[in-house]
Amino acid sequence: MQVNENKEFEPLIVAFCCNWCSYAGADLSGTNRLNYPTNVKIIRVPCSCRVNPMFILRAFQRGADGVILCGCHPGDCHYTSGNYFTRRRMTLLFSMLDFLGIERDRTRVEWVSAAEGAKFAATMNEFTESVKKLGPNRRLEDLRCRKQ
Amino acid sequence: MQEAMINKAKQLLADGTVNRVIGWKRGEFAYDITPAVFESAEELDSEFVYDDFTSANVSKYLVKECKKEGRILAFLKPCDTYSFNQLIKEHRVVRENVYIVGIPGGPKLDAEKIKAKGITGILGVKNENYTLKIDTVYGEETMPFYEAILDKCASCKSKKHVVYDELIGEDGDVLDSNRFDMVEKLENMSAQERYDFWREQLSKCIRCNACRNVCPACTCEKCVFDNPNSGVENKAPADSFEENMFHIIRAFHVAGRCTDCGECSRVCPQNIPLHLLNRKFIKDINSLYGEYQAGEDTTSRAPLNDYNKDDCEASIVHERGVE
Repeated sequence: MQVNENKEFEPLIVAFCCNWCSYAGADLSGTNRLNYPTNVKIIRVPCSCRVNPMFILRAFQRGADGVILCGCHPGDCHYTSGNYFTRRRMTLLFSMLDFLGIERDRTRVEWVSAAEGAKFAATMNEFTESVKKLGPNRRLEDLRCRKQ
Repeated sequence: MQEAMINKAKQLLADGTVNRVIGWKRGEFAYDITPAVFESAEELDSEFVYDDFTSANVSKYLVKECKKEGRILAFLKPCDTYSFNQLIKEHRVVRENVYIVGIPGGPKLDAEKIKAKGITGILGVKNENYTLKIDTVYGEETMPFYEAILDKCASCKSKKHVVYDELIGEDGDVLDSNRFDMVEKLENMSAQERYDFWREQLSKCIRCNACRNVCPACTCEKCVFDNPNSGVENKAPADSFEENMFHIIRAFHVAGRCTDCGECSRVCPQNIPLHLLNRKFIKDINSLYGEYQAGEDTTSRAPLNDYNKDDCEASIVHERGVE
């Protein structure tokens, strides 16, 4: 096994994007040739409210260092009210993670519309930077899943 | 009290109002009083118990019991009535099949706290002017009554019965309790201290599922933790992640529905303060979405089944003071 001491830490970011807004926003940032880090792995969900707390925990378990959830702006949900429920759920979940002492900056909710390609790229750049500063996720990791 | 309850139960059995009674009977020791169903006056006379150790909440049993034939009599303490009311709201119980007699609540005793004083071989207790006289196999011991009460009773939220058909004794009031003190204390710690605190507590978990099984809000027919594909069904946590996951998800699944009856912490064989997780959710809901007490009524919408257009954003968590 080779160990490269100087290798900079590259976080793994999981981004849950809703099919109707944020996923299209990510698409737009691509067609606009905007850069966002390759650390971000996008998982498409039908609506941001499809994401239940277990998804977020599972992502951390399988090696994510940060999880970001993107959905339509409040009021713009394709299913009328899905993202309002997401907002309450995620607020409570993030608050609980914070209560358990898990770094709160590893989680975020961001509203990105289909027209906001630039916002998507900027958000991902900024989020990846902030997770990079935090370092690897150690407080909510599963040792069995740790990569060598 | 016990006498009055037995008489009431016998009377209701005799006049045909109910055909069964759910109450409590003695377990192996004087302090493990367990819920039981009685069908005759003789059984009531010989086995029915209601004393200072009778703290079990019987409302969850009614989910199954109310589906059987006939009506069942249930004795509910004020905190139990909140749980029962919440079950009515969620259509988990058939109200007509349960006859509720409200009884005055605690404070109830915690045998662990008595044992912690080095008092063992407990045969029975007597409360005399808030001095607890404990009859043991080694003779009589005494300790202050309030040092032996359950944590959930020490931070009692209400003495009011929210649902009943009749009452024995007087109805009380909603209390101004100090139940969020410990949550606040933790919130004011640093992230590292909080992490260390919860690691110390949750690492004791043996995944016996007692907290889930006793919880009157956990009434799913199929539990996510019994799913054979989840990798976490019916086994001890393999590492810190699984401990965290079980407890976060367990608390989250009852968020907005937890009446704060405190049964989870009472039954935990490892004495993990699980109610703190539930109370954290209750505190957040109260402060972010308006005061809400689950089980207080049967009509209002649960906070997680509801929304407001101008709710706060999730970033409010990241903007809080202590890191």
